Amino acid sequence: MLEIDDISRSFGSRRVLDGVSFTVGAGRMTGFVGGNGAGKTTTMRIILGVLSSDSGTVTLDGTRLTPADRALFGYMPEERGLYPKMKIAEQIVYLGRLHGMTPQAAKRSTDDLLERLGLGERANETVESLSLGNQQRAQIAAALVHDPEVLVLDEPFSGLDPMAVETVQAVLTEHAAGGAPVLFSSHQLDIVERLCDDLVVIAGGTIRASGSRESLRAEHSEPRYEIELASDAGWVRELSGVRVVELDGNYAQFEVDRGDEGLAAAQAVLSRALAAGPVARFTPLHPTLAQIFKEVVK
Amino acid sequence: MSATTPPRLGRPARPPRPALPGLVKGTWLVAERELAMRLRSKSFLISTAILLLAILASIIVGGILSSTSSAPKVAAVAGTASVVDGVQGLEVTEAASTDEAEALVRDGTVDAAVLPAETELGYELVALDEAPGTIVSLLSVAPPVQLLEPGDSDDGFLSYIIGIAFGVVFFMSAVTFGSTIAQSVVEEKQTRVVEILLSTISARELMAGKVVGNSILAFGQIALIAAMSVLGLSITGQSALLGLLGPAIAWFIVFFVFGFVLIAALYAATAALVSRQEEVASVTSPVTTLVMIPYFLVIFFNSNETIMAIMSYVPFSAPIGMPLRLFLGDAAWWEPLVSLAVLVATTLLIIGIGSRIYSNSLLRTGARVKLRDALKG
Repeated sequence: MLEIDDISRSFGSRRVLDGVSFTVGAGRMTGFVGGNGAGKTTTMRIILGVLSSDSGTVTLDGTRLTPADRALFGYMPEERGLYPKMKIAEQIVYLGRLHGMTPQAAKRSTDDLLERLGLGERANETVESLSLGNQQRAQIAAALVHDPEVLVLDEPFSGLDPMAVETVQAVLTEHAAGGAPVLFSSHQLDIVERLCDDLVVIAGGTIRASGSRESLRAEHSEPRYEIELASDAGWVRELSGVRVVELDGNYAQFEVDRGDEGLAAAQAVLSRALAAGPVARFTPLHPTLAQIFKEVVK
Repeated sequence: MSATTPPRLGRPARPPRPALPGLVKGTWLVAERELAMRLRSKSFLISTAILLLAILASIIVGGILSSTSSAPKVAAVAGTASVVDGVQGLEVTEAASTDEAEALVRDGTVDAAVLPAETELGYELVALDEAPGTIVSLLSVAPPVQLLEPGDSDDGFLSYIIGIAFGVVFFMSAVTFGSTIAQSVVEEKQTRVVEILLSTISARELMAGKVVGNSILAFGQIALIAAMSVLGLSITGQSALLGLLGPAIAWFIVFFVFGFVLIAALYAATAALVSRQEEVASVTSPVTTLVMIPYFLVIFFNSNETIMAIMSYVPFSAPIGMPLRLFLGDAAWWEPLVSLAVLVATTLLIIGIGSRIYSNSLLRTGARVKLRDALKG
């Protein structure tokens, strides 16, 4: 388990991170979301030791990270980059060796990865000669060459073509399934929604919410239902304990309180509807991540 | 993704990992990449080859020119043969007649003809369009000279040439390899690869690797230049000059090693302040100026002992000034040691400050980082 505890960091007089704490469980895909300038990249840089923190600690399974531990991390910085004039295979081997691999092991791992990513035939071309999509694949290889035990990926999906998005997803889930803590940030909330087990929301340098996706959902939104009738649904407004969010002819969307009372109010709507005529649809709605996010950071 | 929480897994058991590259190994990996990339560059190889050939050629041509000009040719007829007989440094051609001797002068086979004439000496020198000064002095009786205050060296021209040679070599190496380092620093910043690098090795190792890699190349080039000069001087039979120059060249190499590392650290640190290749030249120009000043001082003031003495202690000009003074015999035996100590101390200090600037600037992309911010961190 990767644990970030009470990290603060200022640049000059600007406090960028203020007492940031959260955990990334082993085998858990953890989505890290927040607006621009919220502190995601700074947090990730501090986890990787690229940047130092003013206070606070980062621990892995209870021990403070040493440079040797960090060598087991796979890191994909937000601003991608490889040496443009170096051959792909050559520079991935180089990065593997900087992570402490022997030349032979680095070579083997590089060949495997490039093959898997569909870059096998391009191994001896320079990075600048590749298309952007293939450069992104090379970047993924660079983060994975040393078979990392922890993954920290800053915006791994931005700028990827749909094929590459799938590849990255597969790689992330594979590593998480193998028991590695995986932390990734993204602006694309729909991808995060689909992928993550846990969620950390950061805004203005502080953590606003963290926990499993389901618990956050339960915690940060009122239960919401939608109902579609054969006749006008206007009467839903008149029921007590029900707040209508949207009403459109035969369709209504409404919120109820949390807990048993809310549940009873929703059931009351359904009973009345059935009494009045056929019910085409009655569904509890899951708030989207975007809704939770808005709720949490406001 | 399932809605239920999967069981928490421990870190999987894995085979033991190889240790992280230590400080030395990390530095060496970086240095190795710098070396490989540079040695693969055709422009670098070609320019090195041209430089070496130019040095060899200039020494050989210089040697040939000096050996041909040292033995003037004269023609003599039977009546005047006794005049030139036994005179050192003259190449004598026997001519059958006065007319033939004059013809030899006209077609340039000889520089002058020694012909019988109604003069005090009984002969005259016949030359084409100017008085043959060297031959006149060879044939003259010179009065003995005694100097009351003899100077150390009277060969001003030679010291001028050697000063410029040291200056050019130092200037060129420092600027070419210095700007290579600067470009490589900015390349990593501009392409953001630096962030991946910093997640594995420290900024100090990265900077040290760049300085070491490029220094090895620079030293290699200097060693080749030195070897080429020695080779050139030996095959043209100028080994006397070699004996004089040898110690100066040896000192030059020692000073060069430290002076170059000093300048390389400055280039790396200043280049780290910017994020785009277009800005490298302007941000490193103060460093380039520091390298250029000694070069021009040598050209203009190489005969001014006071200025040369000061130069031989200032860290940036010591690699040029001290070897030159040693060659001229102006410096006492302890002076290069003191100057070297000053240089080494400055180099260590600059590496300390430089790596601070470098570490603090690497992740600040975009606008140029202010020096004060880079020092503060």
